[in-house]
Amino acid sequence: MSDTTDTGGPVLAADGTPLKRSLARALRRQKMRALLLIAPLLLFILISFILPVADMLYRSVKNGIVAETLPRTVVAIADWDADSGELPSEAVYAAMAADLKEAAAAKTHTKVGTRLNYENPGISSLFRKTGRKAKKFDIEGVASWKDELIDINKDWGDIDNWRTIQTYSPRVTSGYFLNAVDMRVGTDGAELRPEAERIYMNLLGRTLWMSLAITVCCILLAYPVAWILANLPMRQANILMILVLLPFWTSLLVRTSAWKILLQQQGVINDILVWVGLVDDSARLVIINNQFGTIVAMTHILLPFMILPMYSVMQTIPPSYLRAAKSLGATDWTAFWRVYFPQTVPGIGAGSILVFILAIGYYITPALVGGTKGTFISNQIAFHISSSLNWGLASALGAILLAVVLVLYWAYDKIVGIDNVKLG
Amino acid sequence: MAEAVTDDGFVVFDRVQKSYDGETLVVKDLNLSIAKGEFLTMLGPSGSGKTTCLMMLAGFETATHGDIRLGGQPINNIPPHKRGIGMVFQNYALFPHMTIAENLAFPLEVRKMGKSEREEKIKRALDMVEMGAFGGRRPSQLSGGQQQRVALARALVFEPELVLMDEPLGALDKQLREKMQFEITDLAHNLGITTVYVTHDQTEALTMSDNVAVFDDGRIQQLAPPDLLYEKPENSFVAQFIGENNTLEGVVTEISGDTCVVRLDDGEELDATPINVSKVGERTKVSIRPERVEYNKERLQEGAHTLKAEVLEFIYMGDIFRTRLRVAGNDEFIIKTRNAPDVERLKPGQQIEIGWLPQDCRALDA
Repeated sequence: MSDTTDTGGPVLAADGTPLKRSLARALRRQKMRALLLIAPLLLFILISFILPVADMLYRSVKNGIVAETLPRTVVAIADWDADSGELPSEAVYAAMAADLKEAAAAKTHTKVGTRLNYENPGISSLFRKTGRKAKKFDIEGVASWKDELIDINKDWGDIDNWRTIQTYSPRVTSGYFLNAVDMRVGTDGAELRPEAERIYMNLLGRTLWMSLAITVCCILLAYPVAWILANLPMRQANILMILVLLPFWTSLLVRTSAWKILLQQQGVINDILVWVGLVDDSARLVIINNQFGTIVAMTHILLPFMILPMYSVMQTIPPSYLRAAKSLGATDWTAFWRVYFPQTVPGIGAGSILVFILAIGYYITPALVGGTKGTFISNQIAFHISSSLNWGLASALGAILLAVVLVLYWAYDKIVGIDNVKLG
Repeated sequence: MAEAVTDDGFVVFDRVQKSYDGETLVVKDLNLSIAKGEFLTMLGPSGSGKTTCLMMLAGFETATHGDIRLGGQPINNIPPHKRGIGMVFQNYALFPHMTIAENLAFPLEVRKMGKSEREEKIKRALDMVEMGAFGGRRPSQLSGGQQQRVALARALVFEPELVLMDEPLGALDKQLREKMQFEITDLAHNLGITTVYVTHDQTEALTMSDNVAVFDDGRIQQLAPPDLLYEKPENSFVAQFIGENNTLEGVVTEISGDTCVVRLDDGEELDATPINVSKVGERTKVSIRPERVEYNKERLQEGAHTLKAEVLEFIYMGDIFRTRLRVAGNDEFIIKTRNAPDVERLKPGQQIEIGWLPQDCRALDA
């Protein structure tokens, strides 16, 4: 007690250094050791998670290819007014010819074509076809490149094509995001695409409502199971717990395929229904390759993620609460609804967040049992990554999905409070 | 102990048995009658069946055999929520998601009581336990003692005629526990409610109750007011369980009326009062309370029996001295002496003579 100074200055350690600095020095070793221990994980997360996510977010707006492949054209076309109704000037055509010659030599002209084709279907063939002749262009030897190019391919005389080139010449674009929300850059800025071309918002909506349906199904099925788990004697509870965890030890593909076998029209369930006579052989139920199949299979797969948090919360609720409620005069139902259920809400919340976020990004199961009507937005993302190779659009869709999850997370925190979530 | 209950008390256990596994009985042939307004404590070691009895009375366990009657009505088939019995739980069981006032409102709401009547009763109940200012708090914001009071208020707010308490003071520290013991008995007597109180703490049982039922091995070993229980234990379990007790083992050599002679295992003979020994040659445990043993010759009363003893340990405890002796081969013989100016402080190794009156020395079952 008497060691601490009453002079008002900083408290000093035994050797005269300020106590705060002395303490910081003493703690530094501990901090360094802790940091070293988690360094491998930090590095792993940085390389395999944070960097890819950042790269993806960047790809969703990145648009360097036009400016890199057609540098002269991009400069020349900047002043052109697309709404004037006139084709670009002679200089723009000349710049395009020079750019195409170089690009054809480097074999990059098809890439620009592919990129612009995302925004304006058909434009890639224009680049491909012109590119074949571009290698032999004599830039100085032609009087009017405008006439020459239109002569090679009349589409060079289409204002819309030039508009596309101009619109997508900046290095950063909102095009992918507009595309992802079924919009495009029209004559008057952003506008909705025609009804027939709108895909992604419908798909996102379907993904959200199906994930919600899956979450609700999981809550309904998991609650009684978790309750039994929490109230059985230890030995029986352990056996039941193994049954709950069993699906985790089976391959996801196997489980999904099992649902195919059960639910298909010549499958086990239809066979039984026909055999019992509930369903006519000619009118077998379609319960797979649609939304129903996806919801059933995914509810099954995600169920443990709902049971486990519920169980861990229920385990901490002593039976004396229910007894107290009953001794105070509450019926079994009132005791459950007014006393037990409110205390399990944190478990339901934790399970719901977990299941919903997992469901919204699920890919394999909807791909296998979803058919055309039961697929998720993640299946579209996968399509653009591996088939159409439109990584920019895939990234924009992914970024929107990420934003949706974050917004839901934020809303949940506002309404229920994330501190109330208990996973164990 | 096992005599059939014939009177019609407010709460009656009539030949009640309980088994959980169908092989062993947790409660064996329980007969007990509790009068209206009585404060009865069920006291016993853990596993003695006392909590099971309480749970059967509350309706959370069903009796395997026998009748439980409340106010003359058999209640075996009445569900707990219709019994109208107030209950205080060991961990209080206050609903954590409700405020104190909501906790107290709960039993009134399920009885469909009007709002104004409800608020009045809640206020009265909270004032009764001096918690009137805490209605808006949550249970987690209260200290253990305050939670205890609220639990008590909640059990009383719907004015039950019978209140059960399952070791309600177990989680409190010593000082608070003593204060609450006093408050609970006071409240119970003022309101005139019948109380059944379960505890394993014998001090609690002695200080609070009108009657104490000592449980062991699924039976009531003795049912008596606290003073009788302490001074006149009817068997060696009760003698051992209640308070501190010295035991000397031996064989009965003579019985005549209310005195007997016991020959201890080292050959020493002493006079005792026979309690549940019936014939000569029977083995017995002789029980003497530590504070009834005297070693000051001048204070020994007429007719006291004396024995040689060696002092092993002397402990100064403030208000009393606690001395451990070797008596008749028993190294754990304890005597307690009040700390008074004229009392000699014994030293280890000292040889002394101790004595007691034959009526303080009870020959019990071995």
